[in-house]
Amino acid sequence: MRATIALEDGRIFEGESFGAPGKRAGEVVFNTSMTGYQEILTDPSYKGQIVTMTYPLIGNYGVNPKDVESAGPKVEGFLVRELCPFPSNHAATGPLADYLLRHGVIAITEVDTRALTRHIRLAGAMRCVIAVGEHAPDDLVAEAQAAPGLVGRDMVKEVTCPEGYEFSDGSQPAAGGPLIVVYDFGVKRNILRSLAGMGCRVRVVPASTSADDALALQPAGILLSNGPGDPAGAPYAVREVRGLIGRAPIFGICLGHQLLGLALGGKTYKLKFGHRGSNHPVKELSTGKIDITCQNHGFCVDIDSLDQDQVELTHLNLNDMTLEGMRHKELPIMSVQYHPEASAGPHDARRLFGYFLRMIEMGR
Amino acid sequence: MPKRTDIEKILLIGSGPIVIGQACEFDYSGAQACKALIEEGYQVTLLNSNPATIMTDPVMAHRTYIEPITAGVLAKVIERERPDALLATLGGQTALNVAVQASEAGVLDRFAVEMIGANETAIKCAEDRRKFRAALEEIGVEMPRSRAVYSVQEAREAAREIGFPLIIRPSFTLGGTGASVAYNVGEFQTAAARGLDASMIGEALIEESVIGWKEYELEVMRDRKDNVVIICSIENIDAMGVHTGDSVTVAPAQTLTDKQYQNMRDAALAIIRKVGVETGGSNIQFAVHPDTGRMVAIEMNPRVSRSSALASKATGFPIAKIAAKLAVGYTLDEIPNDITRETPACFEPTIDYCVVKLPRFAFEKFPDADDTLTVSMKSVGEAMAIGRTFKEALQKGLRSLETGLSGLDRKCEAKVVPEDLLPMLARPNPLRLFYVKHALKNNMPIQQIADLTRIDPWFLNNIRQIVEMERELGSLSPEELLSEEFLRKAKRTGFSDRQIADLGGMDPAKVRRRRTDVAVRPVYRLVDTCAAEFEAYTPYFYSTYESEDEARPGARERVVIIGSGPNRIGQGIEFDYCCVHAALAAREDGYDSIMINSNPETVSTDYDTANRLYFEPLTAEDVLNIVEAEKPYGVILQFGGQTPLNISAELEANGVPLLGTSPRSIDLAEDREHFSQILRELGLKQAPSGIATTYEAALQLARRIGYPVLVRPSYVLGGRAMEIVYDAQELKRFMREALKASPEGSVLVDKFLEDAIEVDVDAISDGHRTVIGAIMEHIEQAGVHSGDSACVIPPQTLSRQLQDEIARQTRELSSALDIVGLMNIQFAVQQGEVYVLELNPRASRTIPFVSKATGVPLARLATKVMLGRSLEELGLTEEVRIKHVAVKEAVFPFTRFTGIDTQLGPEMKSTGEVMGIADDFGMAFAKAQLAAGQDLLKEGAVFFSLCQRDKTSLSAGVARKFSQMGFELVATEGTAAFLRASDIPCQRINKVREGRPHVVDAMINGEIGLVINTPSGKNPRQDEIAIRSTAWARRVPIITTIQGAVAAAEAIAGLKEHYLTVKTLQEYIIETHGEAPTPHGARV
Repeated sequence: MRATIALEDGRIFEGESFGAPGKRAGEVVFNTSMTGYQEILTDPSYKGQIVTMTYPLIGNYGVNPKDVESAGPKVEGFLVRELCPFPSNHAATGPLADYLLRHGVIAITEVDTRALTRHIRLAGAMRCVIAVGEHAPDDLVAEAQAAPGLVGRDMVKEVTCPEGYEFSDGSQPAAGGPLIVVYDFGVKRNILRSLAGMGCRVRVVPASTSADDALALQPAGILLSNGPGDPAGAPYAVREVRGLIGRAPIFGICLGHQLLGLALGGKTYKLKFGHRGSNHPVKELSTGKIDITCQNHGFCVDIDSLDQDQVELTHLNLNDMTLEGMRHKELPIMSVQYHPEASAGPHDARRLFGYFLRMIEMGR
Repeated sequence: MPKRTDIEKILLIGSGPIVIGQACEFDYSGAQACKALIEEGYQVTLLNSNPATIMTDPVMAHRTYIEPITAGVLAKVIERERPDALLATLGGQTALNVAVQASEAGVLDRFAVEMIGANETAIKCAEDRRKFRAALEEIGVEMPRSRAVYSVQEAREAAREIGFPLIIRPSFTLGGTGASVAYNVGEFQTAAARGLDASMIGEALIEESVIGWKEYELEVMRDRKDNVVIICSIENIDAMGVHTGDSVTVAPAQTLTDKQYQNMRDAALAIIRKVGVETGGSNIQFAVHPDTGRMVAIEMNPRVSRSSALASKATGFPIAKIAAKLAVGYTLDEIPNDITRETPACFEPTIDYCVVKLPRFAFEKFPDADDTLTVSMKSVGEAMAIGRTFKEALQKGLRSLETGLSGLDRKCEAKVVPEDLLPMLARPNPLRLFYVKHALKNNMPIQQIADLTRIDPWFLNNIRQIVEMERELGSLSPEELLSEEFLRKAKRTGFSDRQIADLGGMDPAKVRRRRTDVAVRPVYRLVDTCAAEFEAYTPYFYSTYESEDEARPGARERVVIIGSGPNRIGQGIEFDYCCVHAALAAREDGYDSIMINSNPETVSTDYDTANRLYFEPLTAEDVLNIVEAEKPYGVILQFGGQTPLNISAELEANGVPLLGTSPRSIDLAEDREHFSQILRELGLKQAPSGIATTYEAALQLARRIGYPVLVRPSYVLGGRAMEIVYDAQELKRFMREALKASPEGSVLVDKFLEDAIEVDVDAISDGHRTVIGAIMEHIEQAGVHSGDSACVIPPQTLSRQLQDEIARQTRELSSALDIVGLMNIQFAVQQGEVYVLELNPRASRTIPFVSKATGVPLARLATKVMLGRSLEELGLTEEVRIKHVAVKEAVFPFTRFTGIDTQLGPEMKSTGEVMGIADDFGMAFAKAQLAAGQDLLKEGAVFFSLCQRDKTSLSAGVARKFSQMGFELVATEGTAAFLRASDIPCQRINKVREGRPHVVDAMINGEIGLVINTPSGKNPRQDEIAIRSTAWARRVPIITTIQGAVAAAEAIAGLKEHYLTVKTLQEYIIETHGEAPTPHGARV
């Protein structure tokens, strides 16, 4: 069935529906990863967003139960150039279309995704309505204009866990391993897997958990997870993070990094169209080493807003020289804007989890 | 880390002649390296024996040695030049091998030359399969189980241990030579022996077969600071067991999940670090079991390769250029990405289209060769196509091959023999894709096809969608078919107008008109390395059928240059050389040059050669679309070989402004009748000839004009099926074959000018003045295809008067045909009479050779002439005469095709060429032979076997000369008798059927150092074939014509008298012109 993509600035794209019926609003963004669509679909950081894949052939290897970053798809919609209905991979358990339909995700194929991407690049990520079936484009544009944007909105509450839990990836957690409390702002499973894989005990807590409650668990370290939307939309989280500072070693990833930036007195701003993909070069300033990283963020910590006496910049994005990582000069606090847990994307930055554990060690 | 300042002079080694497994891609990489290093201010010295390359142009390096690429010559160049560094990772296996030899021989140490890029240790770790395996074991990357062996005995033990099927891989070879598969003990014995022999170090690897596994390649780059990035992943459609050069391949990888891909990426990073390639590009191959996902590493090339050229064109990331900059010390983050300008080269390209590469084969040239595709490469060229979907790219790729297909069309099926379906699916072969189509059309289940072919179902399902679309389109009424809806659907699936027209039983022009009416037009999209994430500045386009056009014609007048498409025998790098010059010359004169080509190996498809590059098939439809988008001032057809001429009529009919010689003149030259008419009017001679449609008529004709006659089916190009026949019997057999081959059912019969000297002339004309580029005398007699014959500038046996007469005739013809631009005429000189054989109103294969020999950039001048400038204005008013001697020699692919006859004839068989340049003929010829891999000073006797016709005083003279130089002569019965009768001492040796030991035994034992064997006619005796193929296999130099033997004798005399010395092209040019051009690396 025909489907329409209406952007708030009046631009219309068309395609064929291959997912759930209906209509959805969200912020339209693009991701340049050539692989990893299932990880992207299930990444809670995409809550509120309609994701366009720039790689045109999607669905080639189907879906499988392992390549997920949360229980199910989190995107508001999914736009591709050509859906593959005949997946081929030994791990595949079914085609992508069935999976999206089952999870009620609106998905559209035969979209001129390059034109859409170019438009987003030039005009910026923007509100958008996708609708399956016959609709008057003007109405959809009006709906897009009326839809809430991401700025200042709390998306975290949509994806955080309702209650805390011990994470286990099936294997027996190491008994003597350090306990890491993970603030779930929309955590990707691979962060939890990565920590568990390094012998940590992992306790996941809801985003609204108070600093005192978290510290009461006597963690060796706190991980502030990734998550969707604008960090300014979750002032309660900023407040609790501020409460954690100086009381436990902290590692922030993505939204966790932004919350930390705000907690340390910095500012964040919205990037024109964000960083979403698996090929972003990040320079580690202390070693000069460059990692090819997985990224997914629309907001960014303003380098100039940070108190350079207190905070040291550790990582820079070589494409646009935006801030990718920082460290507290005195306290055991570090954070990165990108995703050391990868998934989807290169494993270059996995050693960051090691840095975190070493930081914990040294703090003891 | 900025660039190194402790080195000033860098020696770069090229890859030598085009052979199967090493083609234009190394001219592309070498030319990029030259440009990059000159740009950085280094002094660049270059060694490459291939004159047809852009990299050997005098402006591409400061010091250019067109000399044989051997360790000995390399040592001489190093001694003379004293470079600080040697960069050998951009010239293929040839450069790597010769650099390792020089390093081992201590030459690099002696002259304090540092190997940059990859050093000897890294090269050996990657290439020595045992070391490679040990290294991978240490880092925990799995490989197929295997064992290195040094004897057939050891090989047998290994086979027992591992189990069949097995792969036998010789260490240190080129393009997979000698690697083979064995399914049983019998096959294994032969394969193991051959493998050990083909290895430069007598080592072979007996390996667990991963045949049928999915095959992948990753292109990896590393810098001095250990930053590593993957430029591109490639998935092979043909599974493991088919050489990647022969496989249809796709970029990026299509059927791996992110987790699987990242594991492969991790392994690749670990491997390049472990092997220790310090800087630059490498290619690493992996196999993945389709059912279990088990991944094994297969091999690594510690250098840029054909795949890296493909990856560069597929992504827009210039691997060779970056590799050169990394080699001199830059790190990836210090080099800007040319395409985005803002972002650094330290990233991984992401693409938003699908790339398909298809191999082009030449089995029609070698009908006796086995066309089974194996781990040893057999294709001679490749085409690449870009589309937004695999289906679109595949169909574009098929028409880019220029084999008469317009996509996965109905013609594909004409090649299918339905009864052979199962074996043709199971056996990898060049027609397999067509059998897949046939199977799909006949509803064979995907899984069954996948089981037979080992092609992943993902590809089969995509092909099935093409077949279904074809079925749907074929069922429509012409009105429906031409509706906007279906036209758009068809175009989005990659169907060409011709395919659509064929399905609707109409003229392609009608489809085009209708498309224009309903605005179903292609849009052009950028290849930008970043999937539109950043603004891109480098104009590199492909077409697709979507909503937004990114092409942006500039303000300047535009000139379109049509390239030459995939390499094939008869049309290769020489034409790319001309196209590149055309692009640069047009830019120089203030035009925007627009390049259209489909060959990913080439310099012409480098995005900074022309102002804009369209990577598109070279069909009339695709070219017309670009012309409509660009609205050029003119289109140049002369430089792309036959490819552009084939579409010239259609372009003209569509009102495309064509530059240079008019299509009418092209017709006149190509039409036999008209051309004969012109010759008669000018009073020029032509060999008597006629056309026959029956054997009787041909017999009568042959009798009238006299044997021997040259016969060929009409309208078959490139010397195909052309033969010389000496009597009625042979004629009868030929006619039977030829009448089958010729679509018109007619045969051309020409008097064959026996013992004539063939002469090639390249000339340039501005429409008023014609200037001779050079007169080339062929060394082999007329009858050997000019592309296969060695030739020399200046002529060695033609008198001044004869040369003047040839020049006069050239000028007459040029003027009669109103030539504007380049032309090539072939003449034959028999007993002082000049005959015109044929005229080609376009750049010929010899243009680069002539330009290098004389220092006159003919293609560049021709472009300017076509743009309206006069030769006088350009400073070329008369033929440039040179004091030195330049010899061109052909290089053949015979070692690739075992068991075929290697006799030279009217059908071209060579894949490439080399040039020997020296102060006298003997040395120039000797260098050319050495460059072509014929070591004339090999130990052993000279073996003579002459056919009856060649038992002349000339051949006796040659034999006497060899004898006087101290060579022992051996000969078969008849020839021995002839030599003894001429008082030349010689030993008689058994022919193969005369009992053992015979001549082939002697060759295998290394007792024979040179073979002179003139063939006895079309039906050679079995032992002639055995002798010739043994010679190729054993690398015993072989000469099949008496004229060639005369030249060889002179060359050997030269080599014995004085040492081979080396000298730069720039020095020769200064001797000729008084000055040499300033090297600028082809920047305009």
